[in-house]
Amino acid sequence: MTSLNFETIFQSKIDDETKIEPKDWMPDAYRKTLIRQISQHAHSEIVGMLPEGNWITRAPSLRRKLILLAKVQDEAGHGLYLYSAAETLGADRDDLVQQLLTGKAKYSSIFNYPTLNWADIGAIGWLVDGAAIMNQVMLTRTSYGPYARAMVRICKEESFHQRQGYEIMIAMAKGSPEQKAMAQDSLNRWWWPSLMMFGPSDSESTHSDQALKWKIKRKSNDELRQQFVDVTVPQAEYLGLTVPDPALHWNEARDHYDFGEINWDEFWSVVKGNGPCNRQRLQARVKAYEDGAWVRDAAIAYAEKKEQRKLAPEAAVKAA
Amino acid sequence: MKNTWPLWEVFIRSKSGLSHKHVGSLHASDAEMAVENARDLYTRRNEGVSIWVVESKHITASDPDDSDPLFEPAKDKIYRHPTFYSVPDEVTHM
Repeated sequence: MTSLNFETIFQSKIDDETKIEPKDWMPDAYRKTLIRQISQHAHSEIVGMLPEGNWITRAPSLRRKLILLAKVQDEAGHGLYLYSAAETLGADRDDLVQQLLTGKAKYSSIFNYPTLNWADIGAIGWLVDGAAIMNQVMLTRTSYGPYARAMVRICKEESFHQRQGYEIMIAMAKGSPEQKAMAQDSLNRWWWPSLMMFGPSDSESTHSDQALKWKIKRKSNDELRQQFVDVTVPQAEYLGLTVPDPALHWNEARDHYDFGEINWDEFWSVVKGNGPCNRQRLQARVKAYEDGAWVRDAAIAYAEKKEQRKLAPEAAVKAA
Repeated sequence: MKNTWPLWEVFIRSKSGLSHKHVGSLHASDAEMAVENARDLYTRRNEGVSIWVVESKHITASDPDDSDPLFEPAKDKIYRHPTFYSVPDEVTHM
């Protein structure tokens, strides 16, 4: 069969909503796009632990601390589900990690913003996880089987993340005037970066058309962003907080909220590495990787020793 | 040479009475660590009562290119299904 035939069969499977599985034939570009997207997604989960980890020792109560620990542990888990999914495409885990540590691979820019007050932990759960959920719910229907399955697990767990964040926001927004001010300050700082999480607008997005045709993505960046604004604005109203966008208003004719223009200069600047915390985040990852090297090596050495003892128990004892 | 932990496939029995089902994979230095990591990674919310792990390299999978010769022969044997047979309306419990 010619590769053209393979491609026709591949596309017709996608059109029929048949999932693509690891050993199925797929175009090289499909494989590459998925490895890039899934590994970036995995890196985002891993780096995403850092801004929240900052508050584990400072959580205002034991209850909040337990919840935050569980949430950060979930983020590690999500990263691992995703790395595993990328490996089913033939990617090597170490290569992927190296790409993150050397700055070659991107991760979600949102994690390059600092967490300055406790309300930020609420805003991250509510807005950042809320925006991630919009994207991830769509991805439960992505065309690549292992990615879709990882997303189903992740979405089940993310919904706890969003609710715990909103609960923090309720506590702060309905609390003392100082607490409410912190909640408002946090919304002011996280609103726009959250909208940026959906990526460049459709007219600027380089990967969108092909990704839609292959059903890697099922909705465009702008569609998802609109959906997020529509569900989130009423949630802000319930909190009695003001969304920091003077252009925001309900458009009866469109049946959607209209909202202001994103600061794309800021968006690209953070993507290119000049956000408030880009260097700090990467340094933290590199340090964790290097400090953990001896543990990884020791575990291998121990596994080898055990294996040798199993194969030749007496020889191993004599050698020792 | 890269000194990396091998890849393991993880299977979880979600409750007694059901079989183990593949849930994903992970890296671990040995089988014992693979079980421990599987517990932390795949059963954080009571998803399982039992875990199997097997090193990925030990799994032999059928080739998707062979699906036709492998699975095609079963497709025309519709007489293997009960719905192939007609049972008179008067006859019950069958």
